[in-house]
Amino acid sequence: MSVRSEQPVAGPAVPALRTILVAAWAVFVKDLRTELRTRYALNAMVLFAACTAVMVSIGTTFIGLRRSEEALLIQASLLWVALLFAAITGLSRGFVHEEETRTLAALRLAAPPAAVYLGKFLLNLALLAVLGLITSVLFIILVRVQVGSPLAFLLMIAAGSLCLAAATTILAAIIARASFKSALFAVLAFPLLVPPLIIAIQGTAVSLDNAGLDPVRGALQFLVAYSVATFVTSLMLFRFVWEA
Amino acid sequence: MHAVDIRLTVEGVAAGYGARTLFSAVALELRAGEALVVSGPNGSGKSTFLRLLAGLQRPEAGQISYATGGVAYTPREAAPLIGWVAPDLMLYRDLTARENLRFFAAVRGLRRDDAAIDALLDRVGLGGRGDDRLATYSSGMVQRLRYAYALLHRPAVLLLDEPTVTLDERGAGVVESVIAAQRRAGIVVIATNDPRELRHGDLVLQLDA
Repeated sequence: MSVRSEQPVAGPAVPALRTILVAAWAVFVKDLRTELRTRYALNAMVLFAACTAVMVSIGTTFIGLRRSEEALLIQASLLWVALLFAAITGLSRGFVHEEETRTLAALRLAAPPAAVYLGKFLLNLALLAVLGLITSVLFIILVRVQVGSPLAFLLMIAAGSLCLAAATTILAAIIARASFKSALFAVLAFPLLVPPLIIAIQGTAVSLDNAGLDPVRGALQFLVAYSVATFVTSLMLFRFVWEA
Repeated sequence: MHAVDIRLTVEGVAAGYGARTLFSAVALELRAGEALVVSGPNGSGKSTFLRLLAGLQRPEAGQISYATGGVAYTPREAAPLIGWVAPDLMLYRDLTARENLRFFAAVRGLRRDDAAIDALLDRVGLGGRGDDRLATYSSGMVQRLRYAYALLHRPAVLLLDEPTVTLDERGAGVVESVIAAQRRAGIVVIATNDPRELRHGDLVLQLDA
């Protein structure tokens, strides 16, 4: 075996934006590849969503829920309850898995903190996109949800999912080293997610009833603004959480 | 003549867990081309000292800095200059060795093509096993891959905690050659209980439990 003498790198420098984005993409691809091989988070989330949809389907059949303003609100609430709890089941996985497999040290030494946050955020967003799609289809089929405006409905699910991803990513980083991770995750997520969930439920109910985007425009604006605020704050705070 | 101008300064450093102090008032200075061996019984804080040097932990007192090009950096800031090998260092078991190295090269902002990664895997004795997942590796093979991880960015400072643990004779030979190459390129710090490894040190830091 031969050993080559290699020239060490120059002194450390603040990573450029492009370097951070490339590193974030690498974190996302690594986590996605691991997830596709283990299916740990996705299986748990989809199973939870499917079970909830079946239970809700049985329950609403017994009640004989007829289409009304209240019925639409109930359907929208149940859809978001399923999405929220399925998300809480799986979205902490990114950081918790790193902690459980003790790979955090290797990642901390190699990756810029902002890249880690962005990569994990992208993974949560991708998982929520799949989860939102599957849960919505299950509700439409099993709970016989009729969608007034498919575009408004899709945008409400996407904007709500954006809020969930932005909030749960930083919370997952906070709870990764704690005991009772799942319980703590739910407790911390609840106050942060209640305001956007109320808006998401109302907006989704409206999208089930009406055709067109105008009735949900305000709700969409609120959810996007809330997501941006949470995302930017989380990105600024992440370094302190990561290096604590 | 050394490849890089690097200096490690440790001033009055103390560390402990809770009420228990592991060590205190540790002070030393290392320059490129020098090697430090940290020795002491189990629980004396050898691994903790290396974690402080790597910036993975903060000291309870004192300061650690790396100076290069006339600028001083904290261990956290100096992460791109540091390579760390330790039993605590875990890589991704669900990825192959090649995927692990590609990933760490990407997050470090390095360009490493397949040929470069193959050369590194050959160097640590994992040639031909790069496409196997780490879950199928023996503990000795994982230790070899830790060296590939630590050398990937050609660090100026190499921190080795129990460098030959789980390695066979050929693996120990790889470590010998890595240490020799690193001494030509920068600083090497070794934490060990093995009396045979004491000879690597220009300086020996003896920690007591």
